[in-house]
Amino acid sequence: MKIDSIKDGIVLDHIKAGKSMDIYKYLGLDKLDCSVAILKNVPSSKMGKKDIIKIANHFDLNLDVLGYIDPNITVCFIKNREIVQKKHVELPEKIVNIIRCKNPRCITSVEQEIDHIFKLTDPEHRVYRCIYCESRKGSYFK
Amino acid sequence: MKHLIDPMDLTVEEIDQLIALAGDILVDKTKYQEVCKHKSLATLFFEPSTRTRLSFEAAMLELGGNVLGFSSANSSSAAKGESVSDTVRVVSGYADIIAMRHPKEGAPFVASQKVDTPIINAGDGGHNHPTQTLTDLMTISQEKGHLDNLTVGLCGDLKFGRTVHSLIKAMTRYKNVKFVMISPEELRLPDYIIKDVIEKNNVEYKEVRSMDEVMPELDILYMTRVQKERFFNEQDYIRLKDSFILDEEKLINAKKDLCIMHPLPRVNEISTKVDDDPRACYFKQARYGKFIRMALIMTMLGVNA
Repeated sequence: MKIDSIKDGIVLDHIKAGKSMDIYKYLGLDKLDCSVAILKNVPSSKMGKKDIIKIANHFDLNLDVLGYIDPNITVCFIKNREIVQKKHVELPEKIVNIIRCKNPRCITSVEQEIDHIFKLTDPEHRVYRCIYCESRKGSYFK
Repeated sequence: MKHLIDPMDLTVEEIDQLIALAGDILVDKTKYQEVCKHKSLATLFFEPSTRTRLSFEAAMLELGGNVLGFSSANSSSAAKGESVSDTVRVVSGYADIIAMRHPKEGAPFVASQKVDTPIINAGDGGHNHPTQTLTDLMTISQEKGHLDNLTVGLCGDLKFGRTVHSLIKAMTRYKNVKFVMISPEELRLPDYIIKDVIEKNNVEYKEVRSMDEVMPELDILYMTRVQKERFFNEQDYIRLKDSFILDEEKLINAKKDLCIMHPLPRVNEISTKVDDDPRACYFKQARYGKFIRMALIMTMLGVNA
């Protein structure tokens, strides 16, 4: 299957196969009116297979969450069909409303309209803790 | 210090200052009896805790201030479904400082994000209880004269006991402190506390299954309640509970200046016969709690004698 390269925009490469729809949702790509291509199970020499997302004519995205979801993703910024910048994502210091605290004793289980915030407390082991109850158990928002 | 949510919010210097001030109040409280005149403390207790609430209220009254509040969620607007954020915003209009106990972990932190009025966490579920930790530190300081160079025995339920976890975190900041953990296997200190707190700070420790073998080494013996509901079956509870009951016989080999502590309430883990032993400090400990809360309220309100 052939998908054209984009002239200007962002390409998210080396996404773990099957994770592209999660990223589509967490980056809010469904709300954009530009062209977005999702390629699933693309053959990859390094990964066996991978997903790729191409976002045309749009640069203004908060990509912090990518580091939490999949730290192996490569972000390529394209201008005039050239890669002008390539970067590997980093673990964000804080993630807001991406995962929800699973601790039933946490105040987030009852307080209305409270942001679910997790802070990076141990970068080496990729440990995030709820800022309210310090629990490390989290699950993705559905 | 704007709010006090976690005992580790305080630096060692701030703790030293609070203990020094509390010690001064203890010596002559008449000097401090009007320092909080025209100030109000709100005690927002979303779950009952008689001792902690009375200790806060006694502290404020002895500083010449006023107290208002509620002692259970049923008698507050929480019963009507009001959020912690809304309750605290309303109460901040009525009081100069707020002490909050809540069954949900992180509730006082949420409150502290919403108002400028100083918030003291008076216990949030099984999470933090900083004024208990301050009480424990003041007790050790008063009874031993120092917080370093001590062998601290922690006995009973070390798995779920938040007072023990907080005390360990606080004590690892002092030099040459050793911990002896005395508990049944089922209630041993969680690995993450051993790894992330004790070993990370290179603190010496050992784990034992009965108190007899370690009693002569201890400077402090911190007792906690072994609760029946923590065991999977009654036989295990019956088999183990007696190993963690302190009685006169177990104290025969203890140091003459041992300091026996307990956050209270006690059920049967310390025999009442121990109460008259000069080494029993748990009722003094409860009394010190009032003085450290007086020092804390004064410091957070920025008032001096």
